[in-house]
Amino acid sequence: MTDRHAKMAEQFISNIPHAQALGMKLTAIGQGQATIKMEYNEQFIGDPQTGVIHGGAVSALMDTCCGAAVMSHPSSPGGTATIDLRIDYMRAATPGEAITTTAHCYHITRSVAFVRATATDNDTDRPVATATGAFTVEGRRSK
Amino acid sequence: MSRKRPEPVQIVKQRRDDALASLVHGVPYIKWLGIEFDRRGDELTAILPFADKLIGNPFLPAIHGGVTAAFLEVTAIIGLSWAMLWDEIEDGRFDTEALAQGQMPRLPKTIDFTVDYLRSGLPRDAYARAQINRSGRRYASVHVEAWQDNRDRAFAQATGHFLMPDRDR
Repeated sequence: MTDRHAKMAEQFISNIPHAQALGMKLTAIGQGQATIKMEYNEQFIGDPQTGVIHGGAVSALMDTCCGAAVMSHPSSPGGTATIDLRIDYMRAATPGEAITTTAHCYHITRSVAFVRATATDNDTDRPVATATGAFTVEGRRSK
Repeated sequence: MSRKRPEPVQIVKQRRDDALASLVHGVPYIKWLGIEFDRRGDELTAILPFADKLIGNPFLPAIHGGVTAAFLEVTAIIGLSWAMLWDEIEDGRFDTEALAQGQMPRLPKTIDFTVDYLRSGLPRDAYARAQINRSGRRYASVHVEAWQDNRDRAFAQATGHFLMPDRDR
């Protein structure tokens, strides 16, 4: 049941303490796709000279979003954990702007889910970062 | 032959610790995560004290994969910056005062970062060390390992490539 999936994933994501601490907001989820927004926050600055957000905070956003995409996939039985995640940093995110990530779980087997994600700020034509990852497929669903 | 007299040990230690502290504490995100660095000579060990806000899966509970990634990336960048600034710190060219006042030197920028999750991060302190596999004028390749209870059982490792800042000032 895809709707139930989206609901479950939504509930799980909004209950992650670290996602809450970073101020992540799930704005869309379903069918193996998820979008999460993270507002600009001075506490997450990585370069005090410019006010640019630290890559680590972007990584956390990417990881969460990819996990959400996996959980929302119609063939996902439930939980997931990251096996590997690669992030490419294209450019610095503009200080003061929120960062939005969209992840797509484009293939899933009984044990592994493959995901791609893109992060942008207000300038949506030029990605800030992209990610590729492999995730575990965990838990059994009673039909 | 007149060899230069070694400086008193306390002066040397103070200078190194001041440089490290200003480098680490100058970055808000490192402070927010609560990461500290332990120094033995030029060797650094990053420490991530456990905190509830670092939890990713409340049912296990386990450290968030993003926190692990961030911890490894911070360890890599500080390790690389430390190696890059070491000679300046040693011969006294490095201006700790300026750094303490928020004038950070240009730090290496992450080009890409790949994290390999080996086991789930337990709800306790984590440690990490970076190894610089190559550091050229423009690019550097760094490997990082993080562990918790046993040094031999890493819970995550990562490799990243970094763009080095222009150092000719």
